Amino acid sequence: MSWFDKLMPSRIKTGQRRRSVPEGLWVQCPSCAAQLYRAELKRSLYVCPKCEHHMRIAARDRLEMFLDPDSGQEIGASVMPVDPLRFRDSKRYRDRIAQAQKSTGEDDALVVMAGTLQAIPVVAAAFEFGFMGGSMGSVVGERFVRGVNQCIEQGRSLICFSASGGARMQEALFSLLQMAKTSAALMQLGAAGLPYISVMTDPTMGGVSASLALLGDVNVAEPRALIGFAGPRVIEQTVGEKLPEGFQRSEFLLEKGALDAIIDRRNARNEIAALLAKLLDRPVSA
Amino acid sequence: MNLKFLDFEQPIAELEAKIDELKFVGDDSEININEEVERLRRKSDSLTKSIFTGLTAWQVTQLARHPLRPYTLDYIGSCFTDFQELHGDRMYADDQSLIGGLARLEGQPIVVIGHQKGRDTHERVRRNYGMARPEGYRKALRLMQLGEKFKLPIVTFIDTPGAYPGVGAEERGQSEAIARNLLVMAGLKTPIISAVIGEGGSGGALAIGVADRVLMLQYSVYSVISPEGCASILWKSAEKAEVAAEAMGVTSDRLSKLGLIDEVLQEPLGGAHRNPVAMSETIKNALLQALADLQGLPLATLVERRQQRLLAYGQFKDG
Repeated sequence: MSWFDKLMPSRIKTGQRRRSVPEGLWVQCPSCAAQLYRAELKRSLYVCPKCEHHMRIAARDRLEMFLDPDSGQEIGASVMPVDPLRFRDSKRYRDRIAQAQKSTGEDDALVVMAGTLQAIPVVAAAFEFGFMGGSMGSVVGERFVRGVNQCIEQGRSLICFSASGGARMQEALFSLLQMAKTSAALMQLGAAGLPYISVMTDPTMGGVSASLALLGDVNVAEPRALIGFAGPRVIEQTVGEKLPEGFQRSEFLLEKGALDAIIDRRNARNEIAALLAKLLDRPVSA
Repeated sequence: MNLKFLDFEQPIAELEAKIDELKFVGDDSEININEEVERLRRKSDSLTKSIFTGLTAWQVTQLARHPLRPYTLDYIGSCFTDFQELHGDRMYADDQSLIGGLARLEGQPIVVIGHQKGRDTHERVRRNYGMARPEGYRKALRLMQLGEKFKLPIVTFIDTPGAYPGVGAEERGQSEAIARNLLVMAGLKTPIISAVIGEGGSGGALAIGVADRVLMLQYSVYSVISPEGCASILWKSAEKAEVAAEAMGVTSDRLSKLGLIDEVLQEPLGGAHRNPVAMSETIKNALLQALADLQGLPLATLVERRQQRLLAYGQFKDG
């Protein structure tokens, strides 16, 4: 804490809020260090206007800016985490959940909403990276499946914004099996002939990338997102050399043929709506 | 007899050494050695029994990785006949850490697939320590679809530390390869039986483990991440692997109680490597039983049941 902070009365201090991008009038871009005016940054959907860096954003903000205004209806909000293994490392899993809930304002790491995207009926899901690294445990899997089910019941298209370190270790094999669970649901969605657009954001790793994130009919990513199965540190340890600059970034994946496209967040609504409209053979949206 | 004893088996190792010694002097000695050998043997057995009844999750992990533990090709050789290996993913390469082909189980044609570890240094490298790359998972997928097309049941043997974390594997789409298998296996119109025979390491294991019946050998392990990996992330020290193994509940009895696997196959005293013939017999019988059960179902019911099961995984509160 700086001497200036100490002098300030505690009422004035901004403190920790439930935000991926910290609150305050000014925000520093983590990539180019430019000082950005918050209101302006919000208008640019938390993309730095100076360097185009796509900042990590909270799941709820993501869905709010993506869906048509006031169209969102949350799915699976009643599904809450438990601690099936009574897992404890340096902290108890229960305490970690409580702490993550407090800091993010979310009950778990996935928020799912039914709504419309430029009048197209959709279900959109977004990972909350701030909640234990967006890790996938039983709640994430169940909410995702409920979202898919609603798509099938109501003929909606699915969009998922992933941001996750992978499976949640504290739920051990339950977490691993969420990979099979979410993939099985996507198989059913495909069988129903409904489109799924997967949007990978920074970062999408491990068990989430090796299941629902790479199973889109169309797989897209935000610029410069880290996407891969094994983390860069693990790979470095295995191969014993430094990894090249840009390894496992969106642009790298596009070059290797793993992605359909890289989509700027500020165009995401238009681009994804246009994709869906074609897949669903709907006329050009207004 | 060199059984390569693990640390916690040292008391057994000492007894066995004594028995070997006695046998060596046995022939030209006047006293009746046989009786003494017999007595020590009984003692060794009961010692083994007592050590093996209270194994920790970490000790079981070591057994699952035992260098003499039978691997996929051993079980294919002992449970099946007429195995013909089929190679390659038709796109990039033949991954020798994940093998497969056609074989017969009591005469019935089967597609059999499994991770394969190497026995000596040379083979271990060739098999990449049982860590598959995308081409391995894609070969497995191709063979499973072959099975579906010709209405052959699929048997998979799981024994991998995990999917290979390498540059090339990432470049060629490790995540997509695993994900694709999970999706296709969920809807495959033929019975799938998986058996965890050693290490069930994470996504690399699950990529051939989506099944109608999941069997697990008593001293095999199945987990979302290796105990070492979990320890280094959550405890910031790989040395806490022992604690992590316990916390994650990687053993067959724990996973069976949690309802995440269907059947635990008891191993011979001291582990599968002590009596591979008996182990194979147990596996073969379990496979035949599972096949009989699953083949009795109409295909639509079979696939429906598999999906219901997959969709039911997880524990949470609702409301």
